Amino acid sequence: MSLFAVEQLGISFGGLRAVDQISFEVEAGEVFTIIGPNGAGKTTTFNLVSRIYDPTDGRITFDGEDITRVPPHRIAGMGIARTFQNIELFDNATVLANLLLGRHAHASTGVVSNMLFLPHVRRAEIAHREKVEEVIDFLDLQAYRETLVSGLPYGVRKVVELGRALASEPKLLLLDEPSSGLNTEETDDMAFWIGDIQKDLGITVLMIEHDMNLVGRVSDRVLALNYGRAIAMGTPDEVQSHPEVVKAYLGG
Amino acid sequence: MRFIFKTDYNQDIRLFKHGGAVFWYALLIVALIAAPLVLDRYLMSQATFVFIYAIAGIGLMLLSGYTGQISLGHAAFFAVGSYTEAILLEKGFPFLLSLPISGLLAGAVGVVIGLPALRLAGIYLAIATLAFAFIVEEILARWESVTNGTLGMLVEPINIFGVELFREWHLYYVCLAVLVLVVLGAVNLLRSPTGRAMIAIRDSEIAAQSMGVNLAKYKTIAFAISAAVTGLAGALYAHRLGYISPEAYTILLSVEFLLLIVVGGLGSIHGAVFGAIFVIVLPQIVSILKGYMPSQIAEQTGIDAGIFGLVIVLFMLYEPLGLYGRWVKIKLYFSTFPMYRKATFKRQKSYTKTERLR
Repeated sequence: MSLFAVEQLGISFGGLRAVDQISFEVEAGEVFTIIGPNGAGKTTTFNLVSRIYDPTDGRITFDGEDITRVPPHRIAGMGIARTFQNIELFDNATVLANLLLGRHAHASTGVVSNMLFLPHVRRAEIAHREKVEEVIDFLDLQAYRETLVSGLPYGVRKVVELGRALASEPKLLLLDEPSSGLNTEETDDMAFWIGDIQKDLGITVLMIEHDMNLVGRVSDRVLALNYGRAIAMGTPDEVQSHPEVVKAYLGG
Repeated sequence: MRFIFKTDYNQDIRLFKHGGAVFWYALLIVALIAAPLVLDRYLMSQATFVFIYAIAGIGLMLLSGYTGQISLGHAAFFAVGSYTEAILLEKGFPFLLSLPISGLLAGAVGVVIGLPALRLAGIYLAIATLAFAFIVEEILARWESVTNGTLGMLVEPINIFGVELFREWHLYYVCLAVLVLVVLGAVNLLRSPTGRAMIAIRDSEIAAQSMGVNLAKYKTIAFAISAAVTGLAGALYAHRLGYISPEAYTILLSVEFLLLIVVGGLGSIHGAVFGAIFVIVLPQIVSILKGYMPSQIAEQTGIDAGIFGLVIVLFMLYEPLGLYGRWVKIKLYFSTFPMYRKATFKRQKSYTKTERLR
């Protein structure tokens, strides 16, 4: 059985079918990429999966559970973490605080014990910190621990956001345009990291990406969307040469 | 410049990051404990006001400065604390019981007010809390059987285990003790998951939610804690005044609290304390300034509020980080002298904030 599946997923905003009858399955351990021209419904699909939007119809299953009606804040705890197209970090907090918030789904201490900072809160904090340090090592963020996010260059913010998602120890990682706004070298780094996330950490990746070079390097399978509909699915090469996809990008 | 060699994760968690900080805070506490020996009654009462405002400021800071929920209604929580304290003491409750109950009741009211806050944001929330403050003010004036209406209530002096604490320095120490406890609680909260969740909500609700923060839960918690702490301050304020009536809890007080946290520096506990000092000292400065103004201007009504407003605007323009931000900059200037760079605190502009989800 696949790790993650959407069946006949759809959402309408007023009269607009932003996502229409999309179905796909993501197998455990693969990198699955969604491509498509602007406005194809890629980010909307992500927002449906992370439950920010309620689908008008269809079903989303993850790890054998139906998550179509699960409230959005419970998604992270179930093992789905995401990044955002335009970076949604906590700008006035340090990189460390941002990554520690990534551990929030695993935070189990109560408000009163937090206020008194009881010994078990301290122990939990140190355990979280150890996990966060693993992520910092993995992504080479050592130099930025105490830096406020608002003072970081764009490329580093992108990595911090990836780190925050990884800190929650997800089973499925949703990456919304991981290479947007990055230069060639940074995109290269991102490609390596995605590879490592898949192979070393064993995390399944579902991503949206425009950079076809990156898509070809890291993805196992690709789904192409246009006007909210799936138009092609298969290996990166198959999808890139698919006549419908060529038509969607070049017109005609 | 001080470099701390870190060998343990505890070093990032502990309250004082280095020995120097321990020394200065200890010195501050000793100075505050010794102060009543040298201060005259007037200065001591002003210091007590600073403590009370600092407590209320921390309450509002947790809500507005850390969770990003603007409130123009904190005078109401303050009033709930004051009146609960006065009424409970009248009924014969001991102070050690009535003070926490005043805080808890204000906190409970905070939860009720927090509920609409789950749906409102920014300016709309400010208006909703403002409306709430007006309602409370009106209730205090009309519910005569309980609050004694506009005639006001006498507040009985603090009584701890049969010892009456009625002198100025008694109250000074009580307020100082409560302030220290509130600061500790707030700092603990901020270094724990709850505090991080609050900061996350302030900076990006959408990301906070996606990382597992239950927005409704944490906004309610923030409102409850903020209101409770402000209620505590209100209870102490009732003791400081000795006599309370509805006109002490007007919209101007809410604005004063807001001024306090903005001028002090949004997003820092230091800021709440600095802001409290500023808000207490400012009227003194204004009254001195009035002496130099032509009487047509000095006797205008609303000149104080006008100057308050002007100060907020000037801080927004020239020091958005407030007094605490200025303090940090001055500290950095000396610790890195002569290498201080003006651009250290300059924000990077982000040009990619389009298409934000709300």
